[in-house]
Amino acid sequence: MGTGDPAGMHLAHLLASSMGGIRAAGDLVARMQLSKKMRIDDAKKYVADKLHVTPLDLSDPTMMRGLREELDIGTITGVPGIAKGMAAKVRIAELLDIEINSVEQFKKKTGLVAGEKQFH
Amino acid sequence: MKILTRMGDASNVELTPDELRTEFVTGSEAAAVKAKIPTLTENEIDFLVDMFSAPTRLWGVQRGNEVVMTKDGCVNALNSSRMSSGVVAPVNREVGVRLFESMLGFDSMEVSHNDYSVKPQRFLKALEQLHMEILQEVTIFPLLYGFMPNLGLYYRPDGSFENPSDLLPLGKIDEARRTQEEALEACLEDCVEMSDCMVAMGADGIDYDTVASTGDAEFLAVLRTTEHVAKETGLPVEIGMSSEMVLGFHGQLEYNGVRLAGLWPHQQLELCEQAGCAIFGPVCNTNTKKTVPWNLGRALTFVKACTEIAKIPVHPNVGMGVGGVPMFETPAVDVVTRCSAAMIEIGKADGL
Repeated sequence: MGTGDPAGMHLAHLLASSMGGIRAAGDLVARMQLSKKMRIDDAKKYVADKLHVTPLDLSDPTMMRGLREELDIGTITGVPGIAKGMAAKVRIAELLDIEINSVEQFKKKTGLVAGEKQFH
Repeated sequence: MKILTRMGDASNVELTPDELRTEFVTGSEAAAVKAKIPTLTENEIDFLVDMFSAPTRLWGVQRGNEVVMTKDGCVNALNSSRMSSGVVAPVNREVGVRLFESMLGFDSMEVSHNDYSVKPQRFLKALEQLHMEILQEVTIFPLLYGFMPNLGLYYRPDGSFENPSDLLPLGKIDEARRTQEEALEACLEDCVEMSDCMVAMGADGIDYDTVASTGDAEFLAVLRTTEHVAKETGLPVEIGMSSEMVLGFHGQLEYNGVRLAGLWPHQQLELCEQAGCAIFGPVCNTNTKKTVPWNLGRALTFVKACTEIAKIPVHPNVGMGVGGVPMFETPAVDVVTRCSAAMIEIGKADGL
């Protein structure tokens, strides 16, 4: 993005163009861009197919707020008992069928996966 | 009828509809002539004129066209000084990153030190690792580790290598080239060390920001680092540039047989793809003496040339002083939101 005070830069881009992160499904689409080098339309389609929604739904905080809680992949508002942090990412990796580096490191540390799986 | 918009220094300016159109057209032509790329089409100019003619304070993309955001400079805008447009908020890096996730709804975030250059960050390696490791436990969105390669810090008086800016005015061309070649190796070593150490911390990727700020030698160091990180660790790499053209301080350096000096964004993109980059961030610097429409027309022309050929996501930089946004520490939302939306609707950006 770039430099600027939070109100003039980050809030402005958030309102004008952003998918909204964990408020909707922006974090999931960003993961597909990073891990699979997918361009935006492909990344949205991939995530939408996995969530059984349309690409339009992915930026809709009304639709995604409930769906994220139902899928237990973390919500932006605090809900007791809903997966947070690492627990949410373990479920996201499974949902999107991707490897998330921190999840792999966590599995190695906790011995949840046998052997010494390397992130690659 | 007069349309109120801004200059590249953020001051107000009024334009007639014809003047507004001319600004977009001439800005686009300025980029097209330099980089030998197509100008914006008539329909695209029409769209931009309509956007800037609307008297509304805010603008946005059509619903469904939203994109994802990647962020440079970590939480400097929160807790740093005016140098980073920082508001000196009393929050540390861990709190700041979590606020970007929960308060601002960011799609991803970058962890980095306030200084932001790799050379000083290397001395804080353990601290940098710990903050990435801890933040990975408590956040959900992707976290990249980032820094500026900032080759300039490796030259005297900040570093140990002779400064090419001292040598070039003396006509010592060969010496100036040699010192850049030596310094880039040291920079590369630091970049690799600070990237590789983030793998075991669970980083979701590495972000190299303000790349080639010291010219072609710095760009070469980053391309070679990217090649290493992508192939040896598998970590995704984002490369955000520093300007629209790679300066040829050295002039003879090549990557995969391509001379780096003088490359424009669409040419930079191709080399970044070859190196294994996952996300490319083109940059077009704002000319403060020109209007925002002129600067935006120019920036969009560069970005469109990238997105038309890109095999990887393109996230153009739209911070203060780049991507059409005025060079002022508190950017006005009327032009920031328009530059933001235009980069997606016209530039076809995959993110910002």
